[in-house]
Amino acid sequence: MQTKIYIVFCFCLFCSLSFAQNTVSGKITTQGGMPLSGSHIHIGTKTVSSDVSGNYSIKKLPAGNIKVFVSYVGYKSVDTLVNLSGDQVLNFTLKENTDQLREVIIRQKANTLNKSLLEQKIKTETIEKFSNQTLGDILKEVAGVSSLKTGSSVVKPVINGLFGSRVPVINNNVRLEDQEWGTEHAPNFDVNAAGKITVIKGASGLQYGGDAVGGLVVIEPVSVKRDTLFGKTILNLASNGRGGSVSTSLHKGNDKGWSWNALGTFKYSGDKEAPDYVLSNSGNREANFSGDVKFTGKKYDISGYYSFYNTTIGILSASHTGNVNDLYNSITNKIPSVVNDFTYTIKNPKQKVQHHLAKLNYNYYFDETASLAVQYSFQFNERLEFDVRRGGFSNVAALDLELTTNAINVDYKKALHDWTLKTGFNTSFQNNFANPATGIDPLIPNFERIEFGTYGIASYDVSDSFSVDAGMRYDFSQVDAAKFYYKSRWDERGYATEFADFIVGENGLKWLVKPSFTFHNISASAGFHKEFDADLNWYSNISLATRNPNPSEFFSDGLHHSTGIIELGDLALDKEQAIKLSTTLQKKWTAFSVEVNPFINSVRNFMFLRPIDFETTTRGAFPVWEYQQTNARLTGVDVQTHWKISKQWQHDFALGYVNGKDLTNKESLIDIPPLNFSNKIQFSKNEWNDLKLELKSEVVLRQNQFPDNNFITNIIVNNELVPVLVDISTPPPAYQLLHFYSEMKFKTFGKTNATIAFSVQNILNTTYRDYLNRQRFFADEMGRNFQIQLKFNY
Amino acid sequence: MKNSKILAIALITLVSFSSCNNDDPIAVNEEEVITTVTTTLTAGSQTITMTSRDLDGDGPNAPVVTVSGDLLVNTTYTGAVRFLNETVTPVDDITLEIKEEGDEHQLFFQAPATIGAFTYADADVNGKPIGLAFTLKTGTAAATGNIVVVLRHEPAKSAAGVAAGDITNAGGATDAQITYPVKVK
Repeated sequence: MQTKIYIVFCFCLFCSLSFAQNTVSGKITTQGGMPLSGSHIHIGTKTVSSDVSGNYSIKKLPAGNIKVFVSYVGYKSVDTLVNLSGDQVLNFTLKENTDQLREVIIRQKANTLNKSLLEQKIKTETIEKFSNQTLGDILKEVAGVSSLKTGSSVVKPVINGLFGSRVPVINNNVRLEDQEWGTEHAPNFDVNAAGKITVIKGASGLQYGGDAVGGLVVIEPVSVKRDTLFGKTILNLASNGRGGSVSTSLHKGNDKGWSWNALGTFKYSGDKEAPDYVLSNSGNREANFSGDVKFTGKKYDISGYYSFYNTTIGILSASHTGNVNDLYNSITNKIPSVVNDFTYTIKNPKQKVQHHLAKLNYNYYFDETASLAVQYSFQFNERLEFDVRRGGFSNVAALDLELTTNAINVDYKKALHDWTLKTGFNTSFQNNFANPATGIDPLIPNFERIEFGTYGIASYDVSDSFSVDAGMRYDFSQVDAAKFYYKSRWDERGYATEFADFIVGENGLKWLVKPSFTFHNISASAGFHKEFDADLNWYSNISLATRNPNPSEFFSDGLHHSTGIIELGDLALDKEQAIKLSTTLQKKWTAFSVEVNPFINSVRNFMFLRPIDFETTTRGAFPVWEYQQTNARLTGVDVQTHWKISKQWQHDFALGYVNGKDLTNKESLIDIPPLNFSNKIQFSKNEWNDLKLELKSEVVLRQNQFPDNNFITNIIVNNELVPVLVDISTPPPAYQLLHFYSEMKFKTFGKTNATIAFSVQNILNTTYRDYLNRQRFFADEMGRNFQIQLKFNY
Repeated sequence: MKNSKILAIALITLVSFSSCNNDDPIAVNEEEVITTVTTTLTAGSQTITMTSRDLDGDGPNAPVVTVSGDLLVNTTYTGAVRFLNETVTPVDDITLEIKEEGDEHQLFFQAPATIGAFTYADADVNGKPIGLAFTLKTGTAAATGNIVVVLRHEPAKSAAGVAAGDITNAGGATDAQITYPVKVK
C-alpha cells in the first residue's frame, strides 16, 4: 500500500521570509519509553534518522506550515502538519503496528536549484504597495538593485551595476522578449500580475538562459493551490500626476480539477511635477489583462495563460533635442526648455507599446521523484515611438518594431536521495519586423533569430548543513539580419573588406546588407551552502555567463534625439563573457539579522558606448559614440540588516555599492549606480487594526567614479560662434529623500476585509537629479507625491 | 499519450511560424531629411548663392559648403532660403512645408555686426516671422566671418526677442544649422 501525498506550498500568496531558518529536534520513543534508534524523520524536504538514543535534529527549515512524517518499520507512522515559527522540539511516541511502511514524498515548487546563491524574494505585500508603479521601482527594494530611468515611467532594473540585455526578466517561466536592449525600454509587465518576484544576482539561473551577465529577475504569478474563490481590488490615487490606477483580480484555486485566475489593471496619469515646475508630457496610460486556466489531474496538470500589456508613455518634451547646442542650453540653463501647464494629454515624443504573451504548459509527474514540464510560448511585442516630426508626419511613428517570439521549453526534474537533478532544453524562433512605413530608416533592422539551448543542473546535500550545486549550459544562436547602410557609413566603419560578403544589393547611396552571425556559447555555475551553528550561513557561487551582442550593439546607426549623440554599432563585436564570484554571509541573532554579500564580476569583451569623434550633418556637429569592447571589472557589496527592536518597532537597513572599472582604458565605467543606502523604521500595532507606520530615508551619494566624456562645441553668443564645454559626464550631487507609509486593516462584512494606506513620497519636496536617469540633463526628478491606496480582499 | 500530442502541436506551430520568409526590407524614402540648404542673396544684378549639401544625411560625410562670391559693403541684399531633400527622386522641396507650417518654424541668422544685419521679410499666420525671406544690410567696412543659418522646429515665437531674430530664448529643436564662411569687400 503506497500512498502518495503531494504537498505544494502556496508560498505565492503567503510568502515566507527568504531567510527564515529553523531547527527542529526531539526524541523518538516507543509507547514503553524505549528510544527508537534509526527511525526515519522527514520534515519538509529534509530527511534524517534518529541516533542510538532516539534523538534527531533537522536544521534549515522554512517557517510556516510544514509536513512532518516519522516512521519505523513495525510501528505506526506519524503523519502531521506543524506550523513552524522558530526552533522547536518535537518528541514522538510511535505505536506498534504490522502495517507496511508508508512513503511520503514532499514536492515543493522551487524556482531554481541554486542552493549556493541566496535569492532575494519580494513578497506579495510589498508588490501591492507598488501597484501604481513599475517593476523597476519595486526591485529597488532589494539591496544592490537600482534603476535606470527615462523620466519617471520608464524604469529598468540595474542589478549590481548592470542592466538591459544583461538582466533578463523571466515572467511566468517565459523569458520576456520585448526589445529589452534599449535603455529607454522598460520591461513590458504589469506589476499587479506578480505574486512573487525573485532577484538572482548572478548567472546561476541556468534553466532560463546562460547570458545573465548582471542577474535575473524571475516573476511568478499568483497561484492558489486550495479549493477557494477570492478576489482582490486595489485602488490608487496619486497627487503627483493627478492620476491613479485600479487593479482587480479573481482567483479560483483548486488542488484537483479546474482552477483559474483573471486580472485587469488600468493606470492613468497626467504630467508629473518636479518641485519647481511641471514635467511637461510625462503622463502615462496602461491597460492590462492577464488570465490563466489550469486543470490538475492525478499525475499531470495542464494550463493555458495569456497576458496583454498595453501602455502609452509620454516622453518629457524638453528632452527632445535637435542638436548639441540644444543639449548645451539645457544642461547650462538647468531648467527644461519646455514647461507648459499641467495636462493629461500626451503629445509627441511618446511610446506606445503592446505586449502579448500566450503559453501552454503541461506537467507530468512520473512518480514522487520525477517530473517533466513542457511549455510552448508565443510573444508578440509591438513598439511604436512617436517623435516631434515635420510635414504631417506627427501621427506616424518614427520607430515601429514588431517582435515575434515562439519558444518551446522542456524541463525534467528528478530527486534521488540527496541529489536533485534538473535538465532540459529550449528552442526559440524570433522575428523582428521594422516597419518601413515610418519614413525613417529603422534603428533596428529586420532580423530572424534561431536559438537552441540545453542545460543540466545538479545539487547534492553532502550533509544536513552542507550542500553543493553545479550546472552547465550550451547555447546555439543564429541571427540573420537585413539592413540598408549608407555606403559612406559602411566604409567609415571599415566593413568594406571584412564584411564585403554581406552585401546583397544596392539602392542609390546605400548598400543592402544581410549580416549573418552564429554563436556557440557555454555557461556554467557552481557553488556551496554551508550552515554553521548559531544561525550562521555561508553561501558561495561562481558563475560563467556568455552574452551575444544585441541588435543595438550590432546595428545602431544614427542619431539619438534625447542625448544628441550619433550611436554606432559594430558588426565585428564578439560575445561578452563574465565570471562572477559572489558570496553571502548571513547571521541571525534573536532580534537582529545581517546579510553581507560581496561580489566580483569580471567581464571579458564588455560592450559599451564610447565617444570617438564628431560628425557634421545639416543639423550641426554631433559627437559620435561607438560600441566598443573592453575588459571590465565590477566589484561591490550589498548589505541588509533587520532589527526587531521590540514587539512594535522594527528597523531595516540596506546598502548597495558597486565600483565599475574599464581595465583596458584604465577609466571608470559609465552609468554605475552611486553608493546608496536606506533606513526604514516601522511601527506596527496589531491591536489597532493592524496599524503600520513607516518612515524611510533614502540616501544616494554622488558618483565620483565616472569617465570624462565631455566635449567642446561651438554655440552662438552675440551672433558669433564661441566654443563651449558640454558637460555630459559630471554626475549630479548627492541627495536624501524621506518617504512615509501607513496602513490599517478593517474587517468589513463576512470574509471580506479592506486595507487603507496613505503614503507620501519625497516628503520634503526635495529637488534632485538622478545620475541614472537619461533625462537628468533636462529636468529635475518628481517632487512630493501623496498617495492613497484602498485594497479589498473578498 | 497526451504530452506527445501537445509536443507535436507545439512543434507544428513553431515550424509554421519559422517558415515565414525574411523578405528583403523595403528601402525607406526618408522624406524629412534635409540634405541641402541654399541661401541666395540678391542685390541688383548680383546674386550670391550659398549652398550646404549633405547627401548621406546622418552619415559620416560632412556637408559640402560652397559660397559663390563675396558680398559688397554697404549693400542691401534680398535673401531667400530653400531647403531640399535630394535623397529622393524627384527632389523634395521642404521649403513649402516650412512655409505651410510657418507658425511652427523660424529661421535665425547670426553673423558678426561687421558682416551685416538681418531683417525678416515674411510672416506666419500669427504675424510672426518665419525667415524664409529676409534682407541683409552689409557692414560699412571690409570683413570676413561666418553667417550661421538655423532652422528651429517649434520655437517659442512669443518669447522675448525671438520675433526680432534673437535665438537666445527660442527653445525648440534644431532642424538645420549651417555655417557659411563669407567675405564682405
